[in-house]
Amino acid sequence: MSTTTTASTGRAWKKPPFIKSPLLRWSLIVGGAIYLALAFGTMDINWSRVADGFPRGQRFISSFFPPDFVSRYGDIWDGILESLWITIISTVVGIAISIPVGLGAARNLSPRPVYLISRAILAISRTFPEIIIALFAVKLFGFGPFAGFIALSIGTIGFYGKLLAEDIEDMDPGQAEAVKATGAGWFQWLNYAVQPQVMPRMIGLGMYRLDINFRESAVVGIVGGGGIGATLLTSFDRYEYDSAAAILLVIIAIVMCVEYSSSYIRKWVQ
Amino acid sequence: MLRIVDLVKQYKTGDKALKGVSLEVPDGQVMALIGPSGAGKSTLIRCVNRLVEPTMGKVFLGDIELTRLSQGQLRRVRRRMGMIFQEYALVERLTVMENVLSGRLGYVPFWRSFFRKFPQSDVDEAFRLLQRVGLDHMVDKRADELSGGQRQRVGICRALIQNPGLLLVDEPTASLDPKTSRQIMRLIKELCAERKLSAIINIHDVLLAQMFAERIVGLQLGEIVYDGPPEGLTPDVLTQIYGEEDWEATISKVEDEDEEGGAA
Repeated sequence: MSTTTTASTGRAWKKPPFIKSPLLRWSLIVGGAIYLALAFGTMDINWSRVADGFPRGQRFISSFFPPDFVSRYGDIWDGILESLWITIISTVVGIAISIPVGLGAARNLSPRPVYLISRAILAISRTFPEIIIALFAVKLFGFGPFAGFIALSIGTIGFYGKLLAEDIEDMDPGQAEAVKATGAGWFQWLNYAVQPQVMPRMIGLGMYRLDINFRESAVVGIVGGGGIGATLLTSFDRYEYDSAAAILLVIIAIVMCVEYSSSYIRKWVQ
Repeated sequence: MLRIVDLVKQYKTGDKALKGVSLEVPDGQVMALIGPSGAGKSTLIRCVNRLVEPTMGKVFLGDIELTRLSQGQLRRVRRRMGMIFQEYALVERLTVMENVLSGRLGYVPFWRSFFRKFPQSDVDEAFRLLQRVGLDHMVDKRADELSGGQRQRVGICRALIQNPGLLLVDEPTASLDPKTSRQIMRLIKELCAERKLSAIINIHDVLLAQMFAERIVGLQLGEIVYDGPPEGLTPDVLTQIYGEEDWEATISKVEDEDEEGGAA
């Protein structure tokens, strides 16, 4: 033993590089640097306009104060209620649809054709952001909360179905195997082996999606999907920035509420 | 009870895990399957209840040819084969009782199992088994709150409540300390005797195999290289199964078997 250690003193060691081929490594580094330099070089920043923007922004913000909850009270209240309606219904419907899709998109559960179809559904509903789907939905179903509901439901399917499928793929195969070995049927197996493993995370994600859907309902409202976004847009159009500020504060308050309660619920279901 | 004829398993990677294994386990026999890692022990017992699909060969449970059953028929026959796992494989977020009752899933319809409304006779049996293994005060604990030895006892209850004729046991002691290992092995042996079950027990530990099994089968690279009584495990035989090593210290004196009574 001692002979081998003395023989190897002074032998250099370096961490092996992440990309083995030096040619590839250096061309990536140099290429990346050149691209960044060019990108910054071509970015056209008009500094005088940036300078103009600051005082305008100040005026804009100061016109937000004091926020006015009172004069548009009825509109704000209706908008919030409509947004909450859109949020809850689209989350429930979206999750209900994404459960079968998510099961189908889990590779360890589904036969190949079902897997491919489910993944395709998820990919399509994830391709377009909610606001684009909302634009389509407004064209199809007209202005109003129904368009918002359709847009957010489709968004929820893509989000929740994909994460459900991924969570199922990560489950402990040992527990699943053990329940299968008892002679359980497929649905029993889902209920006893798969569901307990994915449930806490899926409840947490459901809460998170509720939160996202509420914020998105404001965005979707701006393109005609109803809810608080529509109210917000109206108040901007009328230059009633104090009412707009009130609406923004209400949105912030509700998002914070959902945030705190969701972290509490997540801790509780773990 | 169980008859395996020329069983071959070739994985998709091309590895041959089993190369024509034939084996017969009579009623009520507790058989230990020993061999180095990768010898095909796990594959062999998983081919019996077809958690792994065999490539060729036949497996009979009594008169039923398991290898020819449809998925539905297979489910029904799986009820007669209880399985105990290496890492216990309890569903960690379910309670002890739910884990035990999951052994009855093959017998109850979906809606009853969904609402956890198992027949009273099943619940009675679950309590009886938990009492037998000394866990009846843990019924509503979640499985991940238990220690390793306790979990494995719940695993044993889950297998036994199936009312099986055959136990397939995969490395039951691999993640347990030496004392708990002995208690678990003794418990399995006693329960097999009480209920007249046959068992195939995969086990690394040659000493434990000798202490608790009446027959030893040695598997090496997917082939049976030893089949005989525990006393027949000479250094030569162990060298044949595991390879060259000093085996003298491993071979047990079967007398010092009893140390802590039936405490398990």
